[in-house]
Amino acid sequence: MIQALVFYLFAAVAVASGVMVISARNPVHAVLFLILTFFNAAGLFLLAGAEFLAMVLVVVYVGAVAVLFLFVVMLLDINYLRLREGFLQYLPTGGLIGLILLAELVLVFGGWSFAPEAPLSVGSRTPDPSVMTNTEALGRLLYTDYFYLFQVAGLVLLVAMIGTILLTLRTRAGVRKQNIAAQVARTKAQSVEIRKVPSGGGI
Amino acid sequence: MAELWTGYVWPTVMIVARILAIVLPFMLAVAYLTLAERKVIGAIQMRKGPNVVGPFGLLQPIADGLKLFFKETIIPTGANKAVFFLSPALTFILALVAWAVIPFDEGWVLANINVGVLYLFAISSLGVYGIIMAGWASNSKYAFLGGLRAAAQMVSYEVSIGFVMISVLLCVGSLNLSDIVHAQAERGWFVFWHLPMFVIFYTSCLAETNRSPFDLLEAESELVTGYNVEYSSMTFALFYLGEYGNMILVCAMTTVLFLGGWLSPIPFAPFTLIPGVIWFALKVSVLLFGFLWIRATFPRYRFDQLMRLGWKVFLPFSLVWLVLTAGVLEYADLLPK
Repeated sequence: MIQALVFYLFAAVAVASGVMVISARNPVHAVLFLILTFFNAAGLFLLAGAEFLAMVLVVVYVGAVAVLFLFVVMLLDINYLRLREGFLQYLPTGGLIGLILLAELVLVFGGWSFAPEAPLSVGSRTPDPSVMTNTEALGRLLYTDYFYLFQVAGLVLLVAMIGTILLTLRTRAGVRKQNIAAQVARTKAQSVEIRKVPSGGGI
Repeated sequence: MAELWTGYVWPTVMIVARILAIVLPFMLAVAYLTLAERKVIGAIQMRKGPNVVGPFGLLQPIADGLKLFFKETIIPTGANKAVFFLSPALTFILALVAWAVIPFDEGWVLANINVGVLYLFAISSLGVYGIIMAGWASNSKYAFLGGLRAAAQMVSYEVSIGFVMISVLLCVGSLNLSDIVHAQAERGWFVFWHLPMFVIFYTSCLAETNRSPFDLLEAESELVTGYNVEYSSMTFALFYLGEYGNMILVCAMTTVLFLGGWLSPIPFAPFTLIPGVIWFALKVSVLLFGFLWIRATFPRYRFDQLMRLGWKVFLPFSLVWLVLTAGVLEYADLLPK
């Protein structure tokens, strides 16, 4: 009973905060509501017994992705009133895109049918969570059956990372950079000179 | 009725009692950590430190707390009120909830979950929100700069902390914190196996808790005190408690991951009779003393140096060490079964 109650609590808060993400006036509030949505999704994962996914969701989405979101959004200098202007003007275009997406979803899910043996495997989870932990089960799958797909996913991320670095990398002339190795390699003879100063004479 | 009592009410009462048994000593430890910091830094700088309130100044934290409690809470004009009050509470709550999975002794843990390490990692990566939100909500340039610095700094150091944790976990074969300590009982403390990782972890923890020499976000000389400059009274106290609580937390994490948790350092009779929780507290105290010592000794890093250390030194090194650990474990057939 408690499980069901907690499920409805998480689900309701997740949906409500999801709505707030798109309706909040202030973009920073929108990001904060997004974080709340992630948390509730993590809670739902926990209820489903997927503790590894729940924690990874929090670590990756809340701990890293949303921090960078918040970082960028906080730096934006937005006039909130102007953001709301022209709502009616853009409504037809936005509505049209929404309708197309909806139609596509209906087409995809309309033709969706479960394999006849699928419902049988839903009842008994393999492997049994009491024998093997989530983490181990996922690892055994990812690093054996889906090893190549897993590597390809990593490769895609690597390419994306290199692309980002390449796009933002710019070399400017006249930038004073600290060369730590050169600093450490300096010797006393190179940097200190002892002079004898005659009194009243100066150097 | 009886079912309701045994099924729900009694477990709830027990859990609340256990939570109190963790939180109350923790709050006391936080209070006396602030005193210890002032005393230790005083001794290093050849001063006496606080010595007026109570014997040897022992009542100083209580006086400080009372003073903060009676101050006026000031809300800056243009501050975003909801976020302004949410952020100190968040910092404090996050410093508290992480203790749920820390094992103080064999079986002395509130929630012995399978993914304890990930839970700790998740909670510590959330700590940045309190600071970044405070910086934004204060509507002040200093606070905002502090918040931005916090975001960049904490995200950078989390990556190497993650790799260090994975190297340790390779030798354990489980994400459960008690299992990590059990593995160290078998194989010896991981500080001997992973000494360079221990150094990286400890240093990254300094950066993660924004302690000197990485206290860029509260750099007094440039940002006044950074993100919490607009906070007063209890809101400020919550930040302070959260910050010191996080220090104790990361030291407890280091103890569990590297220093054998509750295990006695000398594994024979008179020393193994001492309760594990005392060994645990002693190890945490030694690490905390290191934090204070470092604060009194080293000058603050410049921000680009901080980024360089995180991304160009710690990250490649911990990555190489991770591959090395995996290789050696596989080659020597030492992988945990």
